[in-house]
Amino acid sequence: MTEKVTLARALNLGLRRAMELDDRVILIGEDIGKLGGVFRITDSLQKDFGEHRVIDTPLAESGIVGAAVGLAMRGYRPVVEIQFDGFVYPAFDQIVSQVAKLHARTSGDLEMAMVIRIPYGGGIGAVEHHSESPEAYFAHTAGLRVVSPSNPVDGYWMVQQAISCADPVVFLEPKRRYWEKADLDVLAAPEPLFRGRVARAGTDVTLACYGPMVRTCLDAAAAASADGVEIEVVDLRTLSPLDIDLVCASVLRTGRLVVAHEATTFLGMGAELAAMVTERCFYELQAPVGRVGGFHTPYPPSRLEEHYLPDLDRVLDAVDRTLAY
Amino acid sequence: MDTGTPGELVQLLTPEGERVHHRDYDIDLADHEYRELFRDLCMVRRIDLEATALQRQGELGLWASLLGQEAAQVGSGRALAGDDFAFPTYREHGVAYTRGVDPLDLLALFRGVSNGGWDPREKNFALYTIVIGNQCLHAVGYAMGVQMDQARAHADQAGAVVAYFGDGASSQGDVNEAFIFAASFNAPVVFFCQNNQWAISEPLEKQTRVPLYRRAAGFGFDGVRVDGNDVLAVLAVTRAHLAAARGGGGPSMIEAFTYRMGAHTTSDDPTRYRLASDLEAWRLKDPVERVRSFLWRQQLADQSFFDEVESQAQDLAVRLREGCRSMPDPVPDVIFRNVYAEPHQQVQEEQADYARYLSGFEGLDTAAGQVRR
Repeated sequence: MTEKVTLARALNLGLRRAMELDDRVILIGEDIGKLGGVFRITDSLQKDFGEHRVIDTPLAESGIVGAAVGLAMRGYRPVVEIQFDGFVYPAFDQIVSQVAKLHARTSGDLEMAMVIRIPYGGGIGAVEHHSESPEAYFAHTAGLRVVSPSNPVDGYWMVQQAISCADPVVFLEPKRRYWEKADLDVLAAPEPLFRGRVARAGTDVTLACYGPMVRTCLDAAAAASADGVEIEVVDLRTLSPLDIDLVCASVLRTGRLVVAHEATTFLGMGAELAAMVTERCFYELQAPVGRVGGFHTPYPPSRLEEHYLPDLDRVLDAVDRTLAY
Repeated sequence: MDTGTPGELVQLLTPEGERVHHRDYDIDLADHEYRELFRDLCMVRRIDLEATALQRQGELGLWASLLGQEAAQVGSGRALAGDDFAFPTYREHGVAYTRGVDPLDLLALFRGVSNGGWDPREKNFALYTIVIGNQCLHAVGYAMGVQMDQARAHADQAGAVVAYFGDGASSQGDVNEAFIFAASFNAPVVFFCQNNQWAISEPLEKQTRVPLYRRAAGFGFDGVRVDGNDVLAVLAVTRAHLAAARGGGGPSMIEAFTYRMGAHTTSDDPTRYRLASDLEAWRLKDPVERVRSFLWRQQLADQSFFDEVESQAQDLAVRLREGCRSMPDPVPDVIFRNVYAEPHQQVQEEQADYARYLSGFEGLDTAAGQVRR
């Protein structure tokens, strides 16, 4: 049952499977019906499941998420598609003020079982507002869970697991990896959703990353290995909760940590990881935790994005600086 | 500003308590039903007065008074059928009363004991929503869910939805998006706007150039303005619009034209921005007194009835006062509960750490004790 699929296709298959297994699962967003979404992630799902389960909405993101709250209250499991990262902000109020809080406010009576899918990150030469990495805003918000698959196999399973979760999940899809392929075995046992994974074992330094940066970091590790440096790549997969035990276990082996992400380094996920790992592994660390990521600037025009996005060389530069201690 | 014409206002009971008729909306209640509406109005007003007093005495952190809006809330609340679902703002104490929410649960919210108070699905009444306008979208989504249930032939799952909001909220994006979504999906939702003329200190003309109910036309559905201080008219109009929504007629908007007689909340000082003479004019349109006059005029009630209602209100006030003062603070562990439905490592660690920290103090039990919903 193994098939070579792209991340986009894997997500489509995962959504389809979730809709087959539970008829309360509905998709709601802009252009997700006949068009199948601007990235075709929902391709042909409306044709197969009907307009009541794949709902094209008016063009209003707060409206989409706000309506999803009501649908969840009625017992449905809405899967929201936000068209691009930079368009989630009109819905930020509903996500932070309502989606994240209603379970606690009702003392557990209501479950906000909803998935908010957001294609995120840069690297596709897009115009402004189409290349952003908003994960820290959501990970910072109690009541939300935040996950990001890095490859087709995780995409297939994680989207189904997120839909099954009783809590709201912000599901960040690395859009520049949509067309990368891997072997998917739909009969294999999936890994748990809220756990990270060692994507490549190594002994000299731990490199923690997620989403679009995992491919970059694996390439960096392969290049470093040729120079005799063995990098252990940890694919975090989940940002809230954070699988800190996995990261610390790796740091205990390597004594060094570098965190890589596309998002602005300042107050980003790397800052939290640096603090947590320092608290827990102070005496095992051979060097300060290193960070490599986007600058504290607006995302630049796409002709400059290769300077903004950490690439293989910038990741290795951060690794070298950490190893220099 | 176009403030509308008197003829646009649906009224069935004049401020003097005289029964009048309207070509589109009317109502014919049994004698005891008129009396029960009066009882509701009196009880709701008493809850509000008692809560205001409790805030002044330091028992509540804040209170948002509904004084003057009793008829708009009781009339619309009593129009709801069991299957209908209402989404309130933070001032819907009268609607909450008609939905069977214990007023003590409202006080718990304003006392700082709880952020919720009741099970929305048990009462068919969502939690109070403080962020202005957010709930209108929830109402539309819920109504879309009702439609989906019907499309799946769960014929027993009918019901319409009411979204409450105010004149200030009519400027919010979420409210306007809710109008658009409801129209686009023909959702069974009634948008019930209590136009109390004030958004804290900002008068109605800061929000709109046309009467609010006329905005509905721009979104493609019906709007009507009702005398919000006339419980009969509000009941009749809301019933009619709910029935239309249940019958597949889609959304509509009711503007209940009323006046906020009190401050925005107990933290507000309305003498800084409005005239006492405006208040006097509206006092003559009091929603409770006109029903009292009507009952007398029609000989539907006698002094013993009014005495009995007064006595019941007094009992309620005593219960609220005592219940509020004896309401225990929640235990600290509540902070961590129900943040997530499934375990979350970071919250669990903080919960354990804080319990460990508190255990260093004598006589503090973080987890035991009464927990208010």
